[in-house]
Amino acid sequence: MPAEATAINMAARASIWLKPHRIVLILIALALVLCAAFFMRWDWLPQYWEMGLMGIWRALWILAVTCALGFALAVPLGLAQAGGPIWFSAPAKVFCTVIRGTPLLLQLWLLYYGLGSIFPQYPWIRESWLWPYLRQAWPYAVVALTFSFAGYEGEVMRGAFAGVPRGQLEAARAFGMSRWKIFRRIWLPQAFYRALPTLTGETVLQLKSTPLVATISVIDIFAVSSKVRQDTYLTYEPLLLLALIYMTITGILVFVFSRIEARIPVKIG
Amino acid sequence: MSVADAAPVQSGKAQSAAAEAIHVENLHKKFGQLHVLKGVSLSARDGEVVAIIGGSGSGKSTLLRCINCLENPTSGVIRVNGEEIKLKADSHGHTVPADRRQIERIRSRLGMVFQNFNLWSHMTLIENVIEVPVHVLGVKRDEAIAQAEKLLARVGLAEKRDVYPAFLSGGQQQRAAIARALAINPRVMLFDEPTSALDPELVGEVLKVIGDLAREGRTMVLVTHEMKFAREVATHVVYLYNGLVEEEGPPEQLFGAPKSERLKQFLRNVG
Repeated sequence: MPAEATAINMAARASIWLKPHRIVLILIALALVLCAAFFMRWDWLPQYWEMGLMGIWRALWILAVTCALGFALAVPLGLAQAGGPIWFSAPAKVFCTVIRGTPLLLQLWLLYYGLGSIFPQYPWIRESWLWPYLRQAWPYAVVALTFSFAGYEGEVMRGAFAGVPRGQLEAARAFGMSRWKIFRRIWLPQAFYRALPTLTGETVLQLKSTPLVATISVIDIFAVSSKVRQDTYLTYEPLLLLALIYMTITGILVFVFSRIEARIPVKIG
Repeated sequence: MSVADAAPVQSGKAQSAAAEAIHVENLHKKFGQLHVLKGVSLSARDGEVVAIIGGSGSGKSTLLRCINCLENPTSGVIRVNGEEIKLKADSHGHTVPADRRQIERIRSRLGMVFQNFNLWSHMTLIENVIEVPVHVLGVKRDEAIAQAEKLLARVGLAEKRDVYPAFLSGGQQQRAAIARALAINPRVMLFDEPTSALDPELVGEVLKVIGDLAREGRTMVLVTHEMKFAREVATHVVYLYNGLVEEEGPPEQLFGAPKSERLKQFLRNVG
């Protein structure tokens, strides 16, 4: 019985969803995919798919790590600007302004080609335990992307912290909560809920900033597609596949964030 | 300072045997150039309901908010349960609590109810009520929930336990805020114009809850514009004018036979 019921349910749902215009759109999409499959060259795929998967993995972990670290940095940056004393708020403001006011590519190159070429001149750096990392490219990519995310999100968090109504914090104070507890239990959660819709957009933008790491020799999915182009002289195929991959990741990100947003108690403040 | 030391102030009252829960002496508060409180003294013994009345700008809310140092007094003495709040001057010359732990401990025993409710908007009612017991007073979570359910039932909001404040009327929010204040088992309840932000038809339900608390002998300090209510529930009424106590006494005397010209004028205006 239950199996039958779900089958009927699914049929009913399909009939609601399959409207004529949707069927036409699906057919057009299918036709496009078939055209791409038959009239374009995909014979290089078996040779590169392993490298491609590594590239996707690299882009994803760089995205995850830099967003997490960047947000962790954005909280104190936002807090310092929203209510900190001048010797905290001024440096935070300078940091956010500089990061937001210069191209990410420039920051990345300054770190990698600038700092990265200064470090080897000091023997004590070359002898330190950090050296095996500092001579690779990815730490510079992670630092640059983290700072970038922190700079933009720090500004968002400043607004979010400042937007929490005074009365919310005053009530916490009146009941004897310590400063740390007020921050952890009241101020931060409410600021986070306020910032969350913006966070979705920033994360998607961050995803689309990750290809820049290819310019400092980190082999992400973008670098893989460039390699395919150089090796095979094919232009469209690898780029189209690349677009599809980024769109898929974006779609998943937006879906995940919308699920998180749906859990927020509505009408904050 | 012990409770015994604080006791023999203001004798000759009905509850003179009861310990003094709140004692305020010669309190001054300046906001920059503005001198809001100019030496106010106030006392609330256990079981007393002290109503503070006065026109807008008379300093009555500021006085209440100084008791738990939401506003830092410029000078004066505040004792809660006989314990004097330690104050010091900070680097800007402002008076601030000297001992953060002391003021936090004292605050966690004073149940404050605000004009704008100030329920935490990211928590459901039950979460609001258990927040301070669990995270400040260290009560076990299930015990706190059991007690919170009783308190919500008491203010008539049992079935709203999992609702966020934004979905409730002002009257319901204020009743929940009273439950939140009761959850810490306060020595004194502080009410800061609890009905001023409510639509007229919602005032009654909140006053009924506060009235019940007064009748069961809870110690309360109440800033209010509801003269009729103050007359019914208060054991002692303080009329503030321009940052000073103009007249004080039992409600029958203050409302029935006011001595001060300003109080007479005030009562004519609000009545």
